[in-house]
Amino acid sequence: MIGLNHYLAVSIIMFVLGLIGVMKRKNFIMLFFSTEILLNAANVAFVAISHYYMDITGQVFAMFIIAIAASEVAVGLGLLILWYKKNGSIELDSLINMRRDR
Amino acid sequence: MMFFVLTALFAPLLSALLAGIFAQYKKSVAIGVICSFLIVLSTISSFALLEIAANDGDIVVYLSDFIYVGFLNLDHGLIIDTVSAVMMVTVGIVSSIVHIYSIGYMEHDAGFNRFFSYLGLFVFSMLVLVMSDNFVGLFIGWEGVGLCSWLLIGFWYERDGISWCANEAFIMNRVADLGMLLGIFMIYKYTGSLKYDDVFALVPNLPHFVVAWMGAFLFIGAMGKSAQFPFHTWLADAMAGPTPVSALIHAATMVTAGVYLMIRANEIFSAAPQVSEFIAYLGAFVAVFAASMALVHKDLKKIIAYSTLSQLGYMFVAAGLGAYWIALFHLVTHAFFKSLLFLGAGNVMHAMNDELDIKKMGGLYKFMRPTAILMIIASLALAGFYPFAGFFSKDKILEAAFADGNYLIWAVLLVGAIMTAFYSFRLIMLVFFGKPKYEHHPHEAKIFMLIALAPLGILAIIAGFFEHKFHSAVTKILPNYEMDIEHNVALGLILLTLVCVLLSTIFAIFAYKKEIFKPSIENSKIYKILSNQYFIPQFYDKFLVKGYYKISQQFAKMDEAFIDKSVDAIAYSLVKLGSITNEMNSGNLSFMLRWMVVGFAVMLALAFLI
Repeated sequence: MIGLNHYLAVSIIMFVLGLIGVMKRKNFIMLFFSTEILLNAANVAFVAISHYYMDITGQVFAMFIIAIAASEVAVGLGLLILWYKKNGSIELDSLINMRRDR
Repeated sequence: MMFFVLTALFAPLLSALLAGIFAQYKKSVAIGVICSFLIVLSTISSFALLEIAANDGDIVVYLSDFIYVGFLNLDHGLIIDTVSAVMMVTVGIVSSIVHIYSIGYMEHDAGFNRFFSYLGLFVFSMLVLVMSDNFVGLFIGWEGVGLCSWLLIGFWYERDGISWCANEAFIMNRVADLGMLLGIFMIYKYTGSLKYDDVFALVPNLPHFVVAWMGAFLFIGAMGKSAQFPFHTWLADAMAGPTPVSALIHAATMVTAGVYLMIRANEIFSAAPQVSEFIAYLGAFVAVFAASMALVHKDLKKIIAYSTLSQLGYMFVAAGLGAYWIALFHLVTHAFFKSLLFLGAGNVMHAMNDELDIKKMGGLYKFMRPTAILMIIASLALAGFYPFAGFFSKDKILEAAFADGNYLIWAVLLVGAIMTAFYSFRLIMLVFFGKPKYEHHPHEAKIFMLIALAPLGILAIIAGFFEHKFHSAVTKILPNYEMDIEHNVALGLILLTLVCVLLSTIFAIFAYKKEIFKPSIENSKIYKILSNQYFIPQFYDKFLVKGYYKISQQFAKMDEAFIDKSVDAIAYSLVKLGSITNEMNSGNLSFMLRWMVVGFAVMLALAFLI
């Protein structure tokens, strides 16, 4: 029987994977993937807990998260394409001019 | 009635604010006139309140809540009984005249508006002190007059040494105020209240030593404000301020606050006989101690200042003997002739271009007859001649001392009275008579200033005749003091005092007319001790101030070594930390994301741990 704790364990594993991705990957697309994994880890937890408590709020929240993630990806990919056209690379290290004094 | 109360209290504050707004503007006589008008208005209200308080009884006014903390419930409350009303009227009369006089006196001073602002605030503080129905209100007024005296004594702060005098007065008072505060704390600790009525109702139930300590601590505060020994040195130096200020401080406000405290808290003091006895002895000591310094001093204003000190001694004797109404009576009559003396001295100073050395004056009678007459009236009153005001109150104190069986105090006071007559007329003779010792042509003060002084002159003559009315009014509040002394004995005492005073006066007049004192007298030992104020200022300087200065220097070093260094270290380490963490903001997104994860982990850890 799969209980709440199993779902939460999966959620934690996904979250940790997402975090490692965020920390390790240098590619912008991969960074987006990692962020998606982080968000979906939260979604899994939300839906599982919502089901456990028989309360629909968590599932509604998960829908919102999915919607926001989708729009974020849409905007992010657009920016990414522009960046690629301009610099020919989507490596993170090419984005070093975020600090004013450099 | 409420209207009178509010006018009496807040008109001076309004005057202070009004003049204060224009303090930095060009001086304007209108400000002086408006301020004087407001003070007069306050005085008239005080008169009305005195009438009401004497006929219909006490007026208790609740203004607003003040402190409600724990078990302490304190309101802004006012009580106007005959005692506070008498004080209000006295303060009002003297301050009104001082205000009007100042319009002329400060005419050429750039700080004209500022001066009136301070004066108004001074009167307001004094009224708060007098009218309050609890010890905290009294203390607020107490500190208020302290502050205003600092402002006013140091009014000409740009001149040399003036700030020092102002600071001395302020710091001396602060030292004594510690005693006062301890007294108030004790009152609260043992009675649980600070309202006069509640406190005095509980005093008889308290252990005896508690009441004695309360009285002792309160008296230390009174000693500071009233400049009693050993806190007396500031009073003479306070003469650095403008003369109208001296008149105000010495006659009706600041220094009488100590006596007022004694009278107001008479339940406490009469329950502590040893303290009262000490007060009486100290008062008697100060009465001659100060008078002896006045005998030889050359400074016109300082002579009058020492005279105030000596008269305050008399008031304390009366209060210490339990004759509170006599103390208040002497306070009132003294206020009139002492302010008259000071304001007259102001006229003399103007005529002499701010010369203060009476040895360099003389023969001024020809040039300024009205001032001379007013000052002679004041001196007669001060010396205690019949029928001038001082006679009634001072003789009452002597009689009280005699009736109490305290022949030592009585004898000391008699000596004080003889000295008073001598130095008063020494001053008059040296200033107004004899050969002139100056070149220029002195001019009399403005006519309106003299007219302003006239009421004081009249009061200095007639105030004594209100004795019975005064007595019946204030003994509604104060304990009556019955002297069981036979009529003949009393008459004999009065005659004895009068004769002694008269002889002393005649001696002074004769001595300075014939100039029997050779200048070589200044080399004698006694003269030197007296003119150096018994070397007490030097003593303080050598033993207290120098030592304190050394300790302070050590503390300053410690402050630099520990406190400054530790603060600097904190600041330095923060800067260092900042420059290290500055590296985090490298602009590299993946690097910053890693830090974000670290931060997330730290916050998560904190959330679980705490």
